[in-house]
Formats: sequence, structure tokens, C-alpha cells
Amino acid sequence: MLKDITLGQFFPGDTLAHKLDPRTKLLVTVLYVVALFTAKSFIAYGLLILTLIVAVRISRVGAKALFKGLKPVLFIIAFTALLNLFYTPGTELCHFWIFRITIEGVRAAITMMLRITLLIMGTFLLTYTTSPIRLTDGLESLLGPLKKIKVPVHELAMMMSIALRFIPTLIEETDKIMSAQKARGADFETGSLMQRAKALVPLLVPLFVSAFRRADELATAMECRCYHGDEGRTKLNVLHYQTRDYLVLGYYAVLVAAVIALR
Amino acid sequence: MEEIIRVENLTHTYGEGTPFCRSAVQDMSLAIYRGEFLGIIGHTGSGKSTLIQHLNGLLKPTSGRILLGGEDIWADPKKIRDVRFRVGLVFQYPEYQLFEETVYRDIAFGPTNMCLSKDEIDRRVRESAHFAGLTDDLLEKSPFALSGGQKRRVAIAGVIAMEPEVLVLDEPSAGLDPQGREELLANIREFHRARGTTVVLVSHSMEEIAKNVDRIVVLSDSHVLMSGAPREVFARGDELMTAGLDVPQVTRIAMALRDKGIAIDPAVYTVDELSEELVALKRGGGKKC
Repeated sequence: MLKDITLGQFFPGDTLAHKLDPRTKLLVTVLYVVALFTAKSFIAYGLLILTLIVAVRISRVGAKALFKGLKPVLFIIAFTALLNLFYTPGTELCHFWIFRITIEGVRAAITMMLRITLLIMGTFLLTYTTSPIRLTDGLESLLGPLKKIKVPVHELAMMMSIALRFIPTLIEETDKIMSAQKARGADFETGSLMQRAKALVPLLVPLFVSAFRRADELATAMECRCYHGDEGRTKLNVLHYQTRDYLVLGYYAVLVAAVIALR
Repeated sequence: MEEIIRVENLTHTYGEGTPFCRSAVQDMSLAIYRGEFLGIIGHTGSGKSTLIQHLNGLLKPTSGRILLGGEDIWADPKKIRDVRFRVGLVFQYPEYQLFEETVYRDIAFGPTNMCLSKDEIDRRVRESAHFAGLTDDLLEKSPFALSGGQKRRVAIAGVIAMEPEVLVLDEPSAGLDPQGREELLANIREFHRARGTTVVLVSHSMEEIAKNVDRIVVLSDSHVLMSGAPREVFARGDELMTAGLDVPQVTRIAMALRDKGIAIDPAVYTVDELSEELVALKRGGGKKC
């Protein structure tokens, strides 16, 4: 049952969206978010929606998978839309009881909904088309300049890849401990909220103990292979920008410029 | 002998409906008799672990049935917890499941879940600690302060404390040193002798199985390859070897001697038996067959 959890969902593929340099995709996502939050006119939103649709088509990620990603935040979207709908002052459109709906409110609700939906879909597209390892590689390379001001970029990236690497291991471990405690009559599925929280203790304590043990072992193993952090470390796969990366980056730069111009 | 557990045409498929689907157990049938010491042996990936997780209802069969005392354990899914109290399962490396502040409380976890009285829990904890070879002074210590072997004993005591009708142990001696192994198995043998509880020992070490059990079930590639008394199973040493399994060293010596033309019972599997056979041969003038 735990094996059904997907984290950092990545759909392997061989499309342009997959082949782009991870740095390009990260930058493009940032640019897209910037454009999303500066957009005011409906034409600008139209451009952004069109861009997303084209990107999704290129990546061959099913629309279903994208909408599935939206599910957990549906409540937030609905909540923000409602708040905007009722609490934006302006020209009154209609009102009943204590609620007033204004033209500005309707506008704000629609744009907020669009913004959040596009934001989530856009960022999901990034994780759907980029493997976690490439993503951390890209992040490390992009944040490289921060090393000058003593930010431990490499170490942060290493922590991130280790964390991602151990998610499946920990899930498996959780499954095992759960079975062992169930064999002793532990009950994780029924009871009140309090009882269920308490039932997690026999699961969490061994899980933490083993996570610490694994961390210790991994640290020793890394030191045995002379890992000493960033200094003088080279990469197996060095990232290189290619023509397609410049083209995509160029397109998004134009997109942001257009959205700002349309304000 | 009375059957306590009956496995009927059990099949279990992992990840059904995905490209990763694979059957760990296929159309397996076997019986476990009340009071016996059964050994289940098979190489890695033969379906041992999957099979035993069905015995106490941790896994649900894809098809087939598990009967406990003649009743299908999945007849009423709500009562599956009672099945788990009746069939105690000790996992591989069980020391990683300990979580309580003291050894005493960890052993008491199972009995507490059974909603027993305080006195009964106390009796069970002390008795099972004794069977698992734990001294009384350890009971108030933190389980995390114990050695690996002691931790494992605590985990085993935690299952024995539920006083199950069947005790299933998955590789209880894995990763212990030879002395620790021998001591632990002696404890389990003693428990079986004193209580008469049915014990199922899962292992891939033939030596261990040969020394302890009354009956052996050999698994290979998700199927039951053979079953019977150790003597009968080891007599088919060649088949075991083709299935990628070992035979006890003594049996191997006997087989080699036989290949050299010495008439010796191929089914001997203990050192004593072999020496007796050899002495008898010597007295008989070393006849050749």
C-alpha cells in the first residue's frame, strides 16, 4: 500500500522536454512563474496557457497525470477563489444576505484560480520530465555562484540527492516494520485519531533508529571512498547548453517581455 | 497427526496489473501438523518469505486458501488480528522492530494488544524471556543498549509472549556467530520441547535444518519441490543440488564415499550417524558394493 506513494514523480521519456538541460528547465520554470505573477490582461493569460499546452504536448505527459497533481490543492484553489470572489471591493454585481459579489471580485477569483492552476501544472511539468538526479545537478550548477559567498551549494545538492535516493528504501523499511508490528497485533487502521497517532510510535521509533544507523553507515562508506566535499571534485556527466536550450530560453525571455508589455 | 495449518493452492502475485507483476508463490499446497518442528528451506527468491507471511494473514492470497484449524483465515477479514495472535511470526532481523523504553515493555507489546490482565502479561513476559534465554536483569534495560544477539532474543520473546499455537521463525540465526546460532537454536528447541508448540523454522542453511527439525519442506522457484523427514529429503541429495540447494556436509561426504563405491546409506546427515555407519563398515570388513 505504501508502495503506491509517488514522490518526485518522473516519467522517463525521450522528448525535447526531457532532453533539455535541467538548468534550462529550472530557469524557464522561474521565468514562467514570474510571467504568471506579472500577467494582468486576459491576452497575457492566453499566451501563458498556450505556452503550457504546447509544452505539455511536446513532453507527451498525459493531461491526466497533470490533473492528478492538482487534486491535493483543489481545496486551496477553491478557497482562494471564494475569498477573492466575496472580499474584493469594487462595483457591485449582485448581493445576497451578507455576501457582495463585485465585478472586480469575479475577475480576481478567475485570475487567482488560473494562476495557481498554471503554477502547479508548470512546476509539475518540470518534475515529470526531469529525473531527480539531473534536477539536483542543474540546481547545483545554477546556484554555483553562491559558493562565492560561502553557501555550501554542493553539500546542499548532495543532501538533496541522498534524500531522494533513500525515499524508496525508507518506504520499504516502513513496510517491513509495519508488518512486524502487525504480526504482534498492532493496529494501524482502526480507532480514534488519538489511538491511531499512538499506534504510530511502534512504527516511527524503529524507523528513526534505522534511518540514523543508515546515515552513519553511508557516511562511513563515503569517507572510505575519499569523499571530501566539493573541493576538487569532478563530474561524470558535465552539463552543456545546446542550441535548443538557447532557443527555449530565448522564447521564454520574449514571453516575459510580452507579458510585461501587455500590462 | 492433526493438521493445524493447511495451505491450499496458494498463489501470490506482487504488483498485479503492472508491468512489474511477478508470482512469488505459485499453486503451492502443504500441511503443517500440530506439535511438529517443521523446516522450510529454499534458496533466495524461492518464495519462503512470501509463503510465511500468508500463514498469519499479513499477505492476502491472490488465489487459494489458508486454513487454520480447519477454518479459512480470510473467512472474516475483521478477525485477522486473532489469527496473528494464534500464528506468531518472527521476521528476518527482528531486532529492528524494537521500540519500547525497556525490554520488559517491548516483550509485553504483543500480550498488551491481546488485552490480557496485568498479571497474565507479567507471567508471559517473564516466561518468554526465559525461553528466549534472557536473564531477568535485562528486562529493565533499554533494548537499544543490548548487543545484536540479545536484541534478537528480545524480539523473539516478544512473539513467544503471545503464546501462539504456531511459531514461525524466518532465518532466526542469520548474521549471528556460530556460538550464538547454536545457543539460539537450542533455546528454540527447548521451547518446542517444553511447550509442544508447533514450530516452523525457515532457513537456507541445511545444517541448521538437519539438526533441528522433524520434517522438511523444500521450496524451489515458487513451488514445493519435495517434503518429508530429513532422511528422505537428504537421500535425494542430487535433486537438492540441481535446485541450487546445499546438502549437509555429512551427507556430502556420504555421497562422495558412495561414488567411490563404498556401500553407505546416502541419507545419513549427522556426524554420529556417519561415524556409526563407518565403524559398522570397518567391522564388516569394508565390503564394496
